[in-house]
Amino acid sequence: MVLFVSDFMGVKCDTELCCYCGGCVGVCPKLALELEETKIAIDNEKCINCRACVLICPVGAMEMLE
Amino acid sequence: MQKYDVAIVGAGPGGLMAAWKLAEKGVSVICFDKKQEIGVPVRCAEGLGGAAFERLGIEPDPAWATWEIKGAALYSPSGKKIEVTSEETMGVVLERRIFEKWLARKAANAGAKIFVKNHVRGVERKDKGVELTVSQHGTENKFFANIVIAADGVDSIIARKMGINTTGKLIDVDSGFQYEMAGIDFEGSDRIHLYFGNKIAPRGYCWIFPKGEHEANVGIGIGGTIQETAREYLDKWIASKEGLKKGSIIHVNSGAIPVGGFLEDMTADNLVVVGDAAHQVNPVHGGGIALAMQAAQIAAGVIAEAVEKKEYSHDALKGYNKLWYDAKGNSLKKILKIRHMLEEMDDKDFESLVDKITSEDVMKLARGELATGVKVTAKLVTAPGLVKKMLKHLK
Ligand SMILES: Cc1cc2nc3c(=O)[nH]c(=O)nc-3n(C[C@H](O)[C@H](O)[C@H](O)COP(=O)(O)OP(=O)(O)OC[C@H]3O[C@@H](n4cnc5c(N)ncnc54)[C@H](O)[C@@H]3O)c2cc1C
Ligand code: SF4
Ligand code: SF4
Repeated sequence: MVLFVSDFMGVKCDTELCCYCGGCVGVCPKLALELEETKIAIDNEKCINCRACVLICPVGAMEMLE
Repeated sequence: MQKYDVAIVGAGPGGLMAAWKLAEKGVSVICFDKKQEIGVPVRCAEGLGGAAFERLGIEPDPAWATWEIKGAALYSPSGKKIEVTSEETMGVVLERRIFEKWLARKAANAGAKIFVKNHVRGVERKDKGVELTVSQHGTENKFFANIVIAADGVDSIIARKMGINTTGKLIDVDSGFQYEMAGIDFEGSDRIHLYFGNKIAPRGYCWIFPKGEHEANVGIGIGGTIQETAREYLDKWIASKEGLKKGSIIHVNSGAIPVGGFLEDMTADNLVVVGDAAHQVNPVHGGGIALAMQAAQIAAGVIAEAVEKKEYSHDALKGYNKLWYDAKGNSLKKILKIRHMLEEMDDKDFESLVDKITSEDVMKLARGELATGVKVTAKLVTAPGLVKKMLKHLK
């Protein structure tokens, strides 16, 4: 079976930078993100690699996985 | 399973005001927040216009209305200043953590039940109502309510789980970042200061909202599509200001601000959406505290009637939309047009306009007076292409 590179992608959050504001959550079209008290819960199975969360993040904590 | 007429998700200004007003009307209401403490963390510049108090029927309390503001100063990219002092620019910079607690006390004393460290995980329509799955200090419990108010802020997950697409499009969302600072020097602690320019804050502005003579919220909002982060822009700007650079940062916060993309219908069966979750934010300055509370009051009226009639359908709740648009929504739509118009200008256009615009024009633009938009645009006679583009937004 051929898997495309994009099948493996998704996002990660740098918890040292994150201010837990939920900005990324609101722009994620797939509800792949949720704000917990001290982390962003990420469900990369839902992620479609649209980068909205990366762009909106005020502190640059969100990154696409390589 | 505990049953309530109304369950509110989110205890920010929107959720708490809804809880207070519903409880006052004798509706049984529960309000959940996943945070550990009401009012904390603050993600806000804490500015509240004075007119809001009268509209909302609340008296400013010295416990939270801690710093009085008498006007606004707007700065062009080259530093030219326009000062606005009018009734509308008067207001306060709040201690929001205390303000929200005050609201929570009002709500609880009126009979609302409030729970913190309660994360609403699931919302499922059942038996003409909604079953909520709530993680309470780690244990999952079920609650039943006839109506849910989604007041969950920019995350806006609850409305989406219940079928209203509130996902913010990047073009309609600003990226915000802020330091609460002390030990800084700046002129004019009795007014808010807004700094414009594509170099310092593309599609937005930097702000100083004073909280004292040497203390202020110093922040930035930029367009959501901008590559560089809001924090990078703010750090660069602060580094360029001697009076700010020397100070200390005593609180860092960030946030997204849903400045456009209004929802025509903020209701569905068993559901009403208020505040940031419904993008009820002023598109020009990004303020949403007063709007969330006003929407909550309107929603409380509609919901109380629905509860009285035991009607929880979309039909019974949709009256909230019209009341909201009549009260505020329509004027916000006009203000959004003004925003789009202003976004067409580069720093040079902005600069040439500053010389020709009066503080009265500024107030009228901020109010969303499209005629003033046309008048102001016409002053850019040297750039006919731009004028055409700008006027297009005002239709
Ligand atoms: C940097 C910045 C500066 C700003 N400055 C100003 C300003 O000066 N003046 C102004 O008027 N506005 C300002 N705003 C906007 C203002 O903060 C918001 O408009 C306002 O907070 C909206 O209130 P709300 O009640 O809708 O939502 P919020 O205040 O965001 O409250 C939502 C609550 O819901 C809770 N929640 C979310 N999901 C769940 C769940 N699943 N279960 C339980 N609880 C949940 C959250 O914990 C939160 O407490 C600013 C915003 C930012 C980001
Ligand atoms: S890249 Fe897009 S889909 Fe993936 S988590 Fe971010 S916002 Fe959601
Ligand atoms: S937008 Fe950035 S800072 Fe805010 S919660 Fe998401 S990752 Fe954290």
